[in-house]
Amino acid sequence: MREKSRGNASDRNACRLPGFGVIPVSYSFRNLWTRRLTTVLTAGGMALVVFVFAAILMLAEGLKKTLVETGSWNNVLAIRKGAVTEVQSGIDRAQAALIETQPEVSSGPDGKRLLAKEVVVLISLLKRGTDKPANVVIRGIGEQSLALRPQVKLLEGRLPRPGSSEVIAGTSIAGRFQGGGIGETLRFGMRDWMIVGIFDAGKTGFNSEIWGDADQLMQAFRRTAYSSVIFALRDSAAFDLMKQRLENDPRLTVEMKRESEYYKEQSEMMAKFLTILGLSLTVIFSFGAIIGAMITMYAAVANRTGEIGTLRALGFRRSSILGAFLMESLLLGLVGGCIGLFLASFMQLVTISTMNWQTFSELAFSFALTPEITLLSIAFSLVMGFVGGFLPAVRASRMNIVEALRAG
Amino acid sequence: MPPPIVSIEHVCKSYRRGSQIVPVLEDITFDIPEGEFLALMGPSGSGKSTLLNLIAGIDAVDAGTIRIGGVDITQLAETDLAQWRALHVGFIFQFYNLIPVLTAFENVELPLLLTSLSKKERQEHVSLALEVVNLSDRMDHYPSQLSGGQQQRVAIARAVVTDPSILVADEPTGDLDRKSAEDILELMERLNRESGKTIILVTHDPRAAKRARSVLHLEKGVLNAHHQAAH
Repeated sequence: MREKSRGNASDRNACRLPGFGVIPVSYSFRNLWTRRLTTVLTAGGMALVVFVFAAILMLAEGLKKTLVETGSWNNVLAIRKGAVTEVQSGIDRAQAALIETQPEVSSGPDGKRLLAKEVVVLISLLKRGTDKPANVVIRGIGEQSLALRPQVKLLEGRLPRPGSSEVIAGTSIAGRFQGGGIGETLRFGMRDWMIVGIFDAGKTGFNSEIWGDADQLMQAFRRTAYSSVIFALRDSAAFDLMKQRLENDPRLTVEMKRESEYYKEQSEMMAKFLTILGLSLTVIFSFGAIIGAMITMYAAVANRTGEIGTLRALGFRRSSILGAFLMESLLLGLVGGCIGLFLASFMQLVTISTMNWQTFSELAFSFALTPEITLLSIAFSLVMGFVGGFLPAVRASRMNIVEALRAG
Repeated sequence: MPPPIVSIEHVCKSYRRGSQIVPVLEDITFDIPEGEFLALMGPSGSGKSTLLNLIAGIDAVDAGTIRIGGVDITQLAETDLAQWRALHVGFIFQFYNLIPVLTAFENVELPLLLTSLSKKERQEHVSLALEVVNLSDRMDHYPSQLSGGQQQRVAIARAVVTDPSILVADEPTGDLDRKSAEDILELMERLNRESGKTIILVTHDPRAAKRARSVLHLEKGVLNAHHQAAH
């Protein structure tokens, strides 16, 4: 009898191979396709969550990118010790002059030192379209300020003449604020200021600033001290030593930072806030989507009880059934993730302007989609699919064969 | 007399219905020789489907042993039993139980996914099985595009594609019109006659039972008579 069974053709296949007995993905896929409407509705719920998830990460990323690109690695920013931002900082003329004489400061082609003593003031301007006020950074610039920021380009008009009440505005200001356009006049510091030029600073925070002559602005705002001193390093590697020396110099009460580091720090608090807020919101939303997926998958399991019984009778193991149903809900999550991400990618076309609480000033930036955000969003959607599909898949895999066949 | 391929000894099976224990099979003992075409008959609730499920390894006995091809399947662990079914049992159900989202070809291929055959070998086996049931031209059709009789033929192709030791059929003609039922029975008879397949058929239908080489009557969980059909 044994010999006979050994002679049976099927016994040749008795050895088990890895991956054997896996129900094909097409089975899971076609089941989703068969109930398209339910699939689309369930995936739609997940898509919304992924959309919010991706959009918030893109927002934080856009903010970071804008601020990080604002600064240059080779530039050093000196602000008063303990000040977090230029707005809070003050550096008097004597200290500024001392920094100017440091040997590490680079010189331009004309032999002048590549250093600018700047003053930063916040004023309130009305937005175009609405009459809502928002804070705007006015930067008093020196002769070398533009040379220190090669990314800033004059688009229209001309630079302000030193000693005059003339200013130039970044493109975000020109478009968004009343009186921000070229030829228009702004009133602040008890004076009228004529906008004589518009500058474009690429995707940097300078786009949301107004620049004028530093001495004129100090007079108008009755300031006696500069806010910051910015200069280019002769040798970028000399930064650490110079920082140590100047920060320990008893005549100075300053803190030196690389310009790019300074702006990165400015984005951190808000980016972190956005991320935490966004993630907590999406986690709460995702419960809804997960429950939706769970209901759909439980219904699928109930509808296909007979099928499950058949597959098990044919010899598919519990783990195969579990895998097939999990695959189905993972696919469901993937569909949702792709739709959500596709919709979120359009957010890149949107530029928003909002208050950066760290500087208390208005900052315009765009949503930025990165490969990491794409991966995270897809992973998030797969996790939702997995969590939603797990219990139904377990139920499917635990069915008693005879009962399942009878129910089908 | 060929040696028995199925050997059932002192099998008992009962079900719980609420707090009551309902005996279904009581001390069943019999052999089925290899190449047999056996019809299990009996009224509803006589336990014939339960007996078939036990032989097919999808239900567990309370007591007794069932040896098939020398293997005591009552001693197998669940995953081993699943593997054993995949290789040794071909199922034919009353309602065909094809997977609606898979084509005829893919339905027949399913049990082969449990073997180590290559894709090309699987393709050959499936084509051959569909040829046997005369449905080669319908391999890309979905079950919903096939008639009941055609669906049952696909199911038979699925049952024989792995070349199993036994074929179990639970009311295979129960959902078919007379003509289709005749075709299916003829196909099963041919499989038994020409390929020497051992077939165990559960049926109500005396015409179906007539096709079998022998008939076994079950009544209230007890074997009643075991006689050769007129052949």
